[in-house]
Amino acid sequence: MSTAATAGALAAGTAHRAAESPGFLSPTGVEITFLLVGLVTLGAAVVTVTTRQLVHAALWLVVALGGLAVEYLLLTAEFIAWVQVLIYVGSVVVLLLFGLMLTRAPIGRSPDADSGNRWVAFTVAVAAAAALVWVVVDAFRTTWIDLDGAPSGTTEVTGAGLFQHWVLPFEALSVLLLAALVGAIVLSRKANGDSAPGAKDAAGSGPAAGATRARRDQEGAR
Amino acid sequence: MTDVLDVALRLLVVFVVFLTFPLLVGQTEHKVMAHMQGRLGPMYAGGFHGWAQLIADGVKFAQKEDVVPAGADRRIFQLAPAVALLPYLLVLLAIPIGPGEGAVGQVLDAGVFFVLAVMGVGVLGSLMAGWASANKFSLLGGLRTAAQLLAYELPMLLTAASVAMAAGTVSLVGILDAFEWWWLPWQITGALVFFIAGLAELQRPPFDMPVADSEIIFGAYTEYTGLRFALFLLAEYAGIVVLCGLTTVLFLGGWHGPWGADGLGWVWTLLKTAVLAFVVIWLRVSYPRLREDQLQKFAWTLLVPLALAQIALTGVVKVVFL
Repeated sequence: MSTAATAGALAAGTAHRAAESPGFLSPTGVEITFLLVGLVTLGAAVVTVTTRQLVHAALWLVVALGGLAVEYLLLTAEFIAWVQVLIYVGSVVVLLLFGLMLTRAPIGRSPDADSGNRWVAFTVAVAAAAALVWVVVDAFRTTWIDLDGAPSGTTEVTGAGLFQHWVLPFEALSVLLLAALVGAIVLSRKANGDSAPGAKDAAGSGPAAGATRARRDQEGAR
Repeated sequence: MTDVLDVALRLLVVFVVFLTFPLLVGQTEHKVMAHMQGRLGPMYAGGFHGWAQLIADGVKFAQKEDVVPAGADRRIFQLAPAVALLPYLLVLLAIPIGPGEGAVGQVLDAGVFFVLAVMGVGVLGSLMAGWASANKFSLLGGLRTAAQLLAYELPMLLTAASVAMAAGTVSLVGILDAFEWWWLPWQITGALVFFIAGLAELQRPPFDMPVADSEIIFGAYTEYTGLRFALFLLAEYAGIVVLCGLTTVLFLGGWHGPWGADGLGWVWTLLKTAVLAFVVIWLRVSYPRLREDQLQKFAWTLLVPLALAQIALTGVVKVVFL
């Protein structure tokens, strides 16, 4: 009985001390939530790359990206969280699904949805993850966000930081995106220019049309 | 304790609004469309001018069998209506209806981004439905939905950004606090572009080729029956309420009005929203459906340049005159 009381008193003591200087052994509700959401995000990401169903992979990607948005929210970065939802869930995944549906999106498993490069990909992924974790841990070692004080991730704070301290990287990224945009236009125009005369187009559709006819003949014979 | 009660009350009010306003819009559509076409519309259900028609429809939908096609991807097929409907419930939380913090479900720091981001998520529901139905018409509908969203999300964002620039904040409450009457002519181009792009995002006529009945039956929702089909319809009407509310808040000054006591701000919001909803219905009756290529051309060659011009105008006025 007395040992339990002592343990209780000890626990109360640690909780009190934890309120003064945060420690790893007495997590708050927000920290536990952060960890759980992180686990869900990780799980969804793993399913995204391992599932054999193409469209399911895209939908699991939605879960993973949404989980990331929740993590941003828990880190008080509200603006970043909504932009994450807007750009990634709202646009990138829709674009991805659009591409899948335009090409091939069978219901059920795709037996060929696998790559011979899986071990190379795995190695690259592990190396990238290790580098990122190392950098982030090294950069933010014991930094704690004070949830009770002034919010540190509002639009105003983010905007001021982005356009005062980080304006050069921001501009460099813009130029990179612009280059990618111009490159995409050049690539697509080139493809159009080649097939524009129509001769190649007809040649391209020739064998396909022939194959269709052959298949129809076969089915007719059956 | 009062905090918990306060939150619960706010959630309850938003939920009730979410359940009743779409039905009101739907019933108005029945009657307005009927009268514009020289008919009477529903007259029997409930007695007085068929006021209970949509309740009767709801009871009918709930009684129908919930069919899942044999070849469909069962889980995604069943999940899609929820994904289509829930975002609008979340958006309603952030729309301020009157002045002060008491008249909004939840004050958000980046409200404009929140509402646009979450509205974009709702379209995922149509895509999931279109793909999981294992039906060519559904897939075509899903494809058209995606193409339409990609084309119209951009002008919507740009015009919302123009208002945010004018107000100097991205909070919906902050935008309303900063509103002046002369913003109306200043932002009128943006308002039109936002409203039209919103109509396209909701797949309302004249932008309803994803559900064009004469071409692809009912697009992504072809295979749906019973309650799940009703949920998609509810999502469409909730979308109308959300779009009209957002246009009111961003461009028409929300609770500001030319006259009226301080306590009547919410009446102005509701009135403006109702007028916009009437315009949505009116457009459905009076405009023919655009063709798919006309729709894309309209977005990329007209709406996007207009939105960019509006942003330029906003920037110039903001820097030179304010």
